[in-house]
Formats: sequence, C-alpha cells, structure tokens
Amino acid sequence: MKDTQRVIFVIVSLLGMLLLWQLIVWTADLPAFVLPSPGNVARRFMQILEDGSLLRHLGVTLFEVLLGLSLGLILATLTGYLLAKSRPVERFLAPYIVASQSVPMVAVAPLLVIWLGPGLLSKVLIAALIVFFPVLINTIVGVRAVPEDLYALMRSLQATRWQILRHLEVPAAMPVFLGGLRVGATLAVIGAVVGEFVGADRGLGFLINVGRGMYDTALVFVAVFVLVALALALYGLVVALENHLLAWQRRETKDG
Amino acid sequence: MTLSKNEPILSVKDLQVTFSDANGDLQVLNPLSFTVERQEFVGVLGPSGCGKSTLLRVLGGLLAPTDGEVLFRGEALQGPRRGVGFVFQNANLMPWRTVFANIALPLELQGAPDSEIAPRVHELIELVGLQGFADWLPRDLSGGMAQRVAIARALVHDPDVLLLDEPFGALDALTREQMGAELLRIAIDARGNARNGSRMERKTIIMVTHAIDEAVYLADRVLVLGPRPATIRLDVSVDLPRPREESLRYTPHFGALAQHLRVAIG
Repeated sequence: MKDTQRVIFVIVSLLGMLLLWQLIVWTADLPAFVLPSPGNVARRFMQILEDGSLLRHLGVTLFEVLLGLSLGLILATLTGYLLAKSRPVERFLAPYIVASQSVPMVAVAPLLVIWLGPGLLSKVLIAALIVFFPVLINTIVGVRAVPEDLYALMRSLQATRWQILRHLEVPAAMPVFLGGLRVGATLAVIGAVVGEFVGADRGLGFLINVGRGMYDTALVFVAVFVLVALALALYGLVVALENHLLAWQRRETKDG
Repeated sequence: MTLSKNEPILSVKDLQVTFSDANGDLQVLNPLSFTVERQEFVGVLGPSGCGKSTLLRVLGGLLAPTDGEVLFRGEALQGPRRGVGFVFQNANLMPWRTVFANIALPLELQGAPDSEIAPRVHELIELVGLQGFADWLPRDLSGGMAQRVAIARALVHDPDVLLLDEPFGALDALTREQMGAELLRIAIDARGNARNGSRMERKTIIMVTHAIDEAVYLADRVLVLGPRPATIRLDVSVDLPRPREESLRYTPHFGALAQHLRVAIG
C-alpha cells in the first residue's frame, strides 16, 4: 500500500517537472540550442538509441566506471585494513593520503591523460582515485569499531588470524564499509566523466563534449540524463546489496 | 595425559599483573596464589575495579601475567586453551548471527562438519530453554535470553572449565536469580536433564561477581579479593547442600555466610 503510494508520488512529481519544463520552453520562446523541449530531447534520445551510438558510449563509460570502482575498492580496502591494524603504517602514510585529498581531481586528470593516453586506462585510474578516499576512511572506521570483547571471544576460542578476519572483522565492518561504497559508486561515475572530458574519443562524457561543440543541446541533455540514470542504478545496486548483507541490522520501520 | 583425581585443574602461583603505560605502572594483582579443584565452582568476589576481571582473563589465557605462573592441568598456561569456555558480562553475541549461528561459532572455528554442528547446537538450545528461537537475531532477545545464548555458546564445545565474568551483572534482580538457578541446572546438576543420552560432565567453574548472595548461592567456595592491588582476603567453603534449593537463600546459615563475606570485603 505504502509502496504503491510512493511510486505514484514519484511519477506525479516527474510529470510535473516535465510539464514545467515544457511551459518554460513555450513561454520564454527560447531557441532549441539554449533549452530544447522535452519532445526534442526524447526524439534525440530515440535517434541515437536506434543507431546504436548511445549504447556504445554508455557501454564504454559503464566499463570505465566498473573497472575504476573495482580497482579503487580493492586498493582502498587493503590499505584501509592495513592502516586500521598498524599504527606505524598509519603514521607513515596518513599525511600523503590526506594531502592527496586536497588536490582536486579535475586538476590531476589532465596529467593522467598525458601520462597514460586518452584510452581506457586514464579513465579507470581517475575513477579509482576518486573512489579511493571515502572507501578508505570507512574501512578504517569500520575495522577500528569492532568491539574489543568480540576479539577477546575469538581469541579465547583460538581463532586463527584468517578466522578473525572472516568471522569477525569483515561482518562487523560491513555496515560502515558499505556506506563508503555507496558514496564511492556515484563518485566513480563522476571520475570516469571527468576523464572523458579531458581527453577521449568515446563515452558519455565525450558525447557531452560533442553536443556542446555542435550546439546540439538536446544531445547534451540525453547524455546527462543517461549519466544520472547510470549513477542511480549503481547506487540502487549498493542499496540492494546493503539490504541483503545487512538484513540483521535493518529495523522493521514501516516507512523508513 | 593422565590426571590424578586429586590434582588441581588450575593452580595459580604468585601471580602478579601490572599494567604499564605513559603514566607509569599500575599494579592490578598483588602476588596471588590459589588452586581450583576439578569440578569445583569457585566464586570470586571483590569491590569493583579490584582486578577480578583481569584475574579471569589471565586464567583464560587472554592476558599474560607479569610475574608468577598459572598451571592448567599441571602445565604452564601459554595462551587460550580449547578446554575453556568464556562468558562475558554483556552477552557479547555477534549481532549479525542468529541464535543458532552464535552458538555454533566455537564448533565452526574448530572446523566441525555441519552434520555434527546442527544436532549439537539444537541440543544446547534446548538445554538453555530457547526452543523456537534458533533463527532469532540478538537484537530481538531480552537480556536474559541473550545471556542464555552466551552460556550455550560457552558450553557447545564441551569445555571442562567455564570462566564467567559477571555474567548476570547487567540483568535485573529477578532475572539474575533465575539465571543463577539455570546455570546450576545446566553446568552442575546437568545429569537431571540429559534426556538425549549425551550427558555433560560437571564443569569446573570460576565466576567473578560483585553480588554476595549470588556467590554464596552458586559456589562451592568463595574467594574474596581486596581493593587494588588485589590480594586474597578470604577463602571460604560454602557448605550448602546440592542441588541448591531456592529456599536456601532464606536460611540463617546462608545469611551468616553472606555476612561473613560482606565483612571481609570491607
């Protein structure tokens, strides 16, 4: 009951926005290269969907995002665990990690493209770098928050290092870790697009660049909407993963 | 290894524990010596902060003594041993594991096959009276139920020795009395309820508590520790008959023992 109500609200709100958009186009009488109408954008969408170019560019960006996210996740989780468990390692690495965060990724992206070329690798690396920090921090916080008494329990049962990791640290840190992944998943999309802006010959970011250059504003709109859908889909996947893995901590709230 | 009937299962010789940090040394346990016989129930009483829990951690092999030694069945204790079950003050359950999975943990860590784990865990669930709760998560359990799970978990791998660190300290007074009686039924008088043939041997139990009546009602012997750095102030046998009846709590002898201990604590 509540769910269908919520869906109806979303649909109504979307229709309202479209209507508002159309009204602005009509009343302000703007040329299509400034603000295309919803109809324009929809037509452009169908066009590049039919000739296959949309899916090709989407595929490229999705691939970059998934590779970058995976790479960033693996590096951040390993480093985070190491930092959480070892004070000396933390003291040694922390200044670099914090400093690296004050460098805007947009400023580093051109360097990476120069060094690694305009292909896949530079995009993957930019996405991975942008994912790295939030996942790292959450891994550290998650591992540090494992209750001391549960460690004592595991030791009293003569658990091995590996068993402590698998049966205690991983499940105990999972909620905070997944919070980092939630942020990381959407950041990975941003990273890939930033990379494509700087230098690329394919991908949704490239599509936006092309649209801008040719005053094909409808094309820019299509690419932006598809990017939003991509980020939302990734976010939804992480939420679904959370619901699955963290069922034990989900509260039975009726409208939460 | 053979063990003569009369050899103590645990013997503590000149045990000292000192914690050191930037502010200097903190002596927690003064030289302590005592022995625990097989199947004995020893209560350890003392004011809070006197080092009772530290003592228990040393006996469980979780903490190395600064000086002195602990012999477990005649051998120096090097670290946690398999034959020991720990119960902590808060139930200390894993919130992501169901009642069943929490109790199964020690067997899982030992690498027991699932076919052995399931019947054993169900046996324990029945023993602690949690039939029907196997799939519940800790967050849905009351304090008393959670502590029952903790006791089942400590017993599932059939240890000889149970170390209990104020196990009922967080429970309300009534639940606390009930759980004490349950503990006796499960770990001491277990013969009475071993319906499915696998009778558990009577356990050696060391329980830290700050409740005098609890110590008297449950234990065969009570050690009273003084304030930090702790020494043994009193070592008394509790000569009340077993199985312990609820009514014992209101006899003059029980009262006299409790008073004796109260005076010793100071």
